Amino acid sequence: MPSNNSKSNKNRELWVFIEQKNGTPIRVSLELLGKGCILADKLGADVAAFFVGQKITNQAQKLIYYGADKVIIADDLVASDYRTEVYTDIIVTQALKRKPEILLFGATCIGRDLAPRVAGRLSTGCTADCTQLDIDQEKGLIVASKPFLGRNVMADIICPHHRPQVVTVRPGVMELPAQDKSRRGNLVYANVDFKEEDIKVKILDTIKSETVGVNLENAEKIVAGGMGLGDAAGFELLKELADLLGAEMGATSPPVDAGWISHERQIGQTGKVIRPRLYIACGISGAIQHYVGMINSELIVAINKNPKAEIFDFADYGIVDDLYEIVPEIIDELKKLKRAPSH
Amino acid sequence: MDIVICIKEVPETTEVPWDPEKGILIREGIPGILNPNDKNAIEAALQLTEKYGGVVTAISMGPAQTDDALREALSLGVDNAVLLTGRHLAGADTLATSYTLYLAVKKIGRFDIVLCGKESADGVTAQVGPQLAEFLDIPQLTYATNIEIVKGNFVRIKQKLEDGFRELESPLPALITVEREINNPRIPPMDHIMEAYRDKQVMVWTADDLGGQMERFGLKGSPTQCLKVYTQRIKKGKMQILEGDGSMVAKELVQILRKRNLT
Repeated sequence: MPSNNSKSNKNRELWVFIEQKNGTPIRVSLELLGKGCILADKLGADVAAFFVGQKITNQAQKLIYYGADKVIIADDLVASDYRTEVYTDIIVTQALKRKPEILLFGATCIGRDLAPRVAGRLSTGCTADCTQLDIDQEKGLIVASKPFLGRNVMADIICPHHRPQVVTVRPGVMELPAQDKSRRGNLVYANVDFKEEDIKVKILDTIKSETVGVNLENAEKIVAGGMGLGDAAGFELLKELADLLGAEMGATSPPVDAGWISHERQIGQTGKVIRPRLYIACGISGAIQHYVGMINSELIVAINKNPKAEIFDFADYGIVDDLYEIVPEIIDELKKLKRAPSH
Repeated sequence: MDIVICIKEVPETTEVPWDPEKGILIREGIPGILNPNDKNAIEAALQLTEKYGGVVTAISMGPAQTDDALREALSLGVDNAVLLTGRHLAGADTLATSYTLYLAVKKIGRFDIVLCGKESADGVTAQVGPQLAEFLDIPQLTYATNIEIVKGNFVRIKQKLEDGFRELESPLPALITVEREINNPRIPPMDHIMEAYRDKQVMVWTADDLGGQMERFGLKGSPTQCLKVYTQRIKKGKMQILEGDGSMVAKELVQILRKRNLT
């Protein structure tokens, strides 16, 4: 059950680091507020959003609507853009004061830079890139799960004797909570003692990527290929199917490693986590590294000539056939449909 | 420009077999390779010292067979290689690993830059770089796709993020983690490989050589523990196989998609 909507003031705290872009919290931070609420209820703790930036206070209420019981705000010019040393210091200073049980970070570039440094300074454990979180209520510990080296193997990691328990979580795996505008919470202001001249690392320039990025995370439909394609040319066939469906193209990691398709289309533990309405997997076996990236898809269609492929364990519809036989048939069928008068 | 590089040996394949009884991975007999991303760190170090002079030392923590990864580093042109090994160091998580590497870097003494690959191919945590920088109390510059020395004692990197790049400048010493795309690692000539095995030394340091607190090494010094390892058997359990000849199956699928407004 989500937290009640009255102001809460429990002693135990679960923190969610709120990563922001130009002052606006990014999606994974809101996803973690949602999950944080569920975990905090099991733990009997408050959810505190830890929000660092400049001129961000106007966004704090939104974090309460998304599930925070309180928002710890560090609002200062030196914190406007992410820098490891500044953010680490701000978080660690507050952590030593407030002694949170758990710190959750999105496993973004910034989260993966910051969380281990914070954990290092606090001499505690940090578990990276998790895809499931739960509370062991008997022990009062967070159980952080992630795909592990080896095929189809998950590992549950705990940090039993050190606090806080620090975890980074893959973007997209937790559900975005709904805003509840009746929620109330506290704002707590954290002091920022830094002066710009004391900070070692300077940001000389920020360059937004010129390539119009592939937005797999928000795609409605995705057609993806695995090593079953056999070669790079296989993606041309999938492209035809994708174009007819108005879908984006995706891939598992081996074809990306083989250079058949660009890394930005990779789905899975080391790629993107997706939630499309339709996912068509072609020549994909369904190893755990891929599974964790696509299992939130609404409708999963799997095409694989191996009837024992693991992908069939979690597909909605399965076609056991050579994709080079069946995909052209599907393409023909879709073309027929497009030609037919709409009704 | 003295540089320390941290490298790791990783299993050659991700298909490491698993013992469902004990819930552990069977790593024995799985051949190891130098972590691919670490080759970029080595290459970056060599390019910097070719330009600015200085000594490159590679360090690696692992079992005795990690010697091979260090010989490879030597064959590529690294000046010194140190293996950190022994039973006290085994079972380390990223914090205990970083502590061990920190003591080794301190023992080496002189350095301007510590270089690491962004992440290892097996753990893929990307945590050891930042945690080592924390122990050393120096800035960390992560995800570098370019490294430049400026004003004699500063380093500038191009940092790759999700939606673009940043240019960061830090005083030295600093720790830098590098992306795969920073360079194309050189391939050692055969005679250099032979030399690396025949004529060169890999120093071996154990926990005793490193000093430090025994309880902070290895499994004992690791705050995180693996509770269990298991296969995930989430089956949706409602899969429907579309059977029949190709055109019938295609027709059926398109009908299903159409009903759901997905065509």
